[in-house]
Amino acid sequence: MTLVAAEGIAVRQGRLRVLQDVTLHIRPGEIVTIVGPNGSGKSTLLRALIGAVPLAAGRVMRRPGLRIGYVPQKLHIDPTLPITVRRFLDLPHPVEDTHACAALEEAGASGLEGRQMAALSGGQFQRVLLARAILPEPDLLILDEPTQGLDQPGASAFYRRLEAIRDRLGCAVLMVSHDLHVVMSASDRVICLNGHICCEGTPAVVSAAPAWRELFGTGTQGALALYRHRHDHTDHAAHHHSPLSEGA
Amino acid sequence: MLDDFLMRAALGALGVALASGILGCFVVWRRMAYFGDATAHASILGVALSLGLGLPPVSGILATAGATALLVWLLAERGIGADAVLGVIAHGALGLGLFAAAILPGPRISLEAWLFGDILTVGRGDLLMIWAGAGLVAGLVRWHWGLLLTSTLSPDLARAAGMDPRRGSLLLSLLLAVVVAAAIRIVGALLVIALLIIPAAAARGLACTPEGMAWGFLRGSARGRHWAGWGWPCSRMPRWGPPLSRWPSVSLPL
Repeated sequence: MTLVAAEGIAVRQGRLRVLQDVTLHIRPGEIVTIVGPNGSGKSTLLRALIGAVPLAAGRVMRRPGLRIGYVPQKLHIDPTLPITVRRFLDLPHPVEDTHACAALEEAGASGLEGRQMAALSGGQFQRVLLARAILPEPDLLILDEPTQGLDQPGASAFYRRLEAIRDRLGCAVLMVSHDLHVVMSASDRVICLNGHICCEGTPAVVSAAPAWRELFGTGTQGALALYRHRHDHTDHAAHHHSPLSEGA
Repeated sequence: MLDDFLMRAALGALGVALASGILGCFVVWRRMAYFGDATAHASILGVALSLGLGLPPVSGILATAGATALLVWLLAERGIGADAVLGVIAHGALGLGLFAAAILPGPRISLEAWLFGDILTVGRGDLLMIWAGAGLVAGLVRWHWGLLLTSTLSPDLARAAGMDPRRGSLLLSLLLAVVVAAAIRIVGALLVIALLIIPAAAARGLACTPEGMAWGFLRGSARGRHWAGWGWPCSRMPRWGPPLSRWPSVSLPL
């Protein structure tokens, strides 16, 4: 059964059409990645799915009782608001210490409980956000550029962790990512967005689509095309056995 | 006990400090200082109108401050809660209030007492108002603490958890009007915002958690009871004696 479905949604900000006619369905257990250039409405789409932006058209349907774990793109904590990592994990509902500890461990942020959120580094902050998101054992994990500010080894470690979490919880993962190489190997489905859905499908299908080449093929001056070429001709089975290890 | 005007003043100040200390934290965290100013200034118009109509001032204050809070909340929800708009509302409301006070028939209103407060003239009725307001603020904030704190940190996090962050901001806006109505006899319309901001800002340096900042004063007395989880120990806190270990955003104004 579909966890979240968007049907023909459109979002406007003032006169600007940010999204138009977007239809997508997220099924249990799958990893779906949204890619697209800056300003293509990726974050807006995620926020529309959690109900945080008003829709100009279409509708979003969530399975009743759906638990969502959300990792926002930006979380600015006002310096006047003191909050420790442990207390942050209690939002919105208090959790037991053992659960909080386990979630931090799983997200790779053990030992940070007593630290102030404002004093964390970018990578630690992202991991704490992930820990908070997985605490309610969500059916759907929504992550908005979760690896921003991480270097490449950090990013691939993050994705490996994410996959382990997906395997344990059996939750679906919907994320926005700029790490195209990881996207290609780690996702079940890729959605290429630029105000509307340009193309969509398995990584192999999307990387062969003309719309994809148009968006990502030219700007990188062949580097990506070279990569894709390699990807197309290597053994796919190998990638599936070690999906995230080819980060570097 | 309540026959002594000093005692009434002390009790009134305590009640106002309780309400403004708790709500002041949210005013600081959400950067609502200008919101608070607009709400407080509008109360002068309420005073003038209610005295002109022969009603108790509290009703006028609650009406105009509440209406302003609602207006400001609506503007903010539509993304036009800019400083300039709030400035127009805050000072426009004050000007309108002074104007109404000047032209209304009847005995002239002593504006100074309403603008700057007069703690020594607090009566039993005022005390009742103040403590009812303080109880309302403390109770509602405690009750909706999870929603208020989550939506203060990030409205999207609240959304994803199935909460409605607009309810949180509406509640805070209306509670601001309650605090203004409760505090106006003590500190006056112009200084309410100071009582909201200064204690919270002072408590910031002593607290490590939001609860510590807003409710620290209750921690000592509530330890071991059902509120125990509210006072997270703070490793950086100096452990010297009771006065500082009960970091009170609430008792500082006293």
